[in-house]
Amino acid sequence: MPQPRARKAHDPASRRSSQTRTTPSLIRDQQLEIYYYLRLTRSIEEKLANLYRQGKIVGGLYRSLGQEGQSVGSAYALQKGDFLAPMIRNLGSLIVKGVRPWEIFTQYMARATSPTGGKDGVVHLSDIERGIIGPISHLGDLIPVMTGIALASKMKKLGIVALTYIGDGGASTGIFHEALNMAAVLKAPFILIVEDNGFAYSTPKCKQVLIENFADRAAGYGIPGETVDGNDLLAVYEATGRAAERARRGDGPTLLEVKTFRMKGHAEHDDARYVPQELLEYWRARDPVDRYIKTLTESGLASEADLREIDERVEAELQHDLEFAEQSPFPNPESAFENVYSHPTGPRWDGRVMPGLPEVPRGEV
Amino acid sequence: MGESCPDFPKYRAEKYEVLMAQLTFVEAIRQGLWEEMERDPNVFLLGEDIGTYGGAFKVTEGLFDRFGEERVIDTPIAEGAIVGTAIGASLMGLRPVAEMQFIDFISNAFDLITSFAAKYRYRAGASVPIVVRGPCGGGVHGGPFHSQNVEAYFVHTPGLKVVEPSSAYDAKGLIKAAIRDDDPVLFFEHKYLYRRIKDEVPDGDYIVPIGKAAIRREGADLTIVTYGWMVYKSLEAAEQLREEGIEAEIIDLRTLLPLDDEALFNSVKKTGKVMIVHEATRTGGLAGEIAIRITESVFDELDGPIIRITAPDTPVPYSPPLEEAFLPQVGQIVSAARWLSKY
Repeated sequence: MPQPRARKAHDPASRRSSQTRTTPSLIRDQQLEIYYYLRLTRSIEEKLANLYRQGKIVGGLYRSLGQEGQSVGSAYALQKGDFLAPMIRNLGSLIVKGVRPWEIFTQYMARATSPTGGKDGVVHLSDIERGIIGPISHLGDLIPVMTGIALASKMKKLGIVALTYIGDGGASTGIFHEALNMAAVLKAPFILIVEDNGFAYSTPKCKQVLIENFADRAAGYGIPGETVDGNDLLAVYEATGRAAERARRGDGPTLLEVKTFRMKGHAEHDDARYVPQELLEYWRARDPVDRYIKTLTESGLASEADLREIDERVEAELQHDLEFAEQSPFPNPESAFENVYSHPTGPRWDGRVMPGLPEVPRGEV
Repeated sequence: MGESCPDFPKYRAEKYEVLMAQLTFVEAIRQGLWEEMERDPNVFLLGEDIGTYGGAFKVTEGLFDRFGEERVIDTPIAEGAIVGTAIGASLMGLRPVAEMQFIDFISNAFDLITSFAAKYRYRAGASVPIVVRGPCGGGVHGGPFHSQNVEAYFVHTPGLKVVEPSSAYDAKGLIKAAIRDDDPVLFFEHKYLYRRIKDEVPDGDYIVPIGKAAIRREGADLTIVTYGWMVYKSLEAAEQLREEGIEAEIIDLRTLLPLDDEALFNSVKKTGKVMIVHEATRTGGLAGEIAIRITESVFDELDGPIIRITAPDTPVPYSPPLEEAFLPQVGQIVSAARWLSKY
């Protein structure tokens, strides 16, 4: 039976593991802002894990522990007005796009105040104003949708770029191929980031594909592909920035691959006993948050006190937002019937009321 | 769009005649698309072979010459990506019309239509104003994969609207309504009708509202609820029935989701007897839904069982005698109506 392999020496992840570096394209304030987003992402999920244990989360909890760096780094490389669609483990991308902790808490707790009003959960939230397209659970479907966003940018000469993500598992879907080829042919200003995080639920990458690097697939679409150490936040930032620049120039899409690792199970209920301990240890030593802290402190950009100040700010914000979420009511059952169609003034199509029949009492929910 | 593409031998559409009053079904759809593209720069088309070639059925003939490759986009053979791209563009304020070369291939885009487009407003509050259109139906010996009627797969999906016109007039008015609608609309064009029917189509702008059925023939003895090509078979049957003293009222649904309950119930109140005729297969077909709506709401008005004439529960066969056996025929409608009227 195939076993997940430890990363080979030529992997970017191992090559750069001990490297600390800054990037000349970011000023100190920006690098501290990135730290804030990174810390916020990790801490939100820690709070969510507590809520999960307390039974306050409706449904599952999907964490991105160990993958926050690439979410934050890639999203930070986008400009205002650019569009992004997260997958389940891209909380960090949403945070960079301006999503606040209360939005995530209320989503997971299915409250009326959540961005979807309790109609959907997890990070399935959308906001056209902020350039966020909410995902659906069907893997790969965001790739054509974001291609469409990019096509619209091109047609309307908006100069904006669309970015989405797919996992090493989701990359096996048919729509991955259909859509990336479409984006290439249309020369859409689009970036696809394949997150190779080792496992798709319990299935190791070696059972998913026979290739080592997903970036190799780019050649099949006639577009550039690049593999980056996903736990090196600044490397992801730079690679995404290059892809965005290319897209804005009119040169079409880029396939970026980030090598990272899922440090938890697929969801909180999954203890991930199928993941070999040595792999976890290997990647724990390359934790993206620790590495970024090291970069900041060793380069002299930030002192430990500076970072502590940010941590405290994050904690205060989380307390505040958590309180708001916990005090938020569940949605009014009536709202379940709203917003199926655009014009609610038309006939009722929800099937509850048949002409000539009294409304059937629904009982207490 | 690729620069290295060889020049396609220039295909010149015949001069598009806007003033024509009698239009075929296919011309009416084309005119509707044309006028909407003239009216609103956000409207654009995408699909396979729709540009220089004008589409497998030439529905988009001439549009490429008029509106250019930016707005009449030839795509790879990838229905999922076509619909997905349309969805994304629509979220940015564009009004995409995606063509399925044959509506059978819409199954490749099922996920994007039912899981993404249909649910986006509910989950995210944003409109997905796309139209997915294409030729449906049999009668041209297209075989199992070029003849299907797929409406039942989609009327089960809240958030979608499903339209199937039967006249040229309605085809133009409904394609315009579909493009202007803020929700995703599936627009089914019966390919048998493309060049076989011709009716009066006014010049210029009008719409046929989505959600409204039409009475094609008035009658007091029984109601035939139908749509698409079957409207014509029902009309033919009604002419035969008239000679026997049976007057059938024919309701052309035009919109399959949402159904026009009011038109259905009013006709049932008048005739007391209902037959539903559809070309789609029987089990799980729209006839079942229509029948239960009538029994739930106007049961007391019924003077007999609701019956249905549909295709049998088989794939659409290829060979002409097999396809004849598959498709609902005028004779079946006539004899069922006779039986029902005596009930």
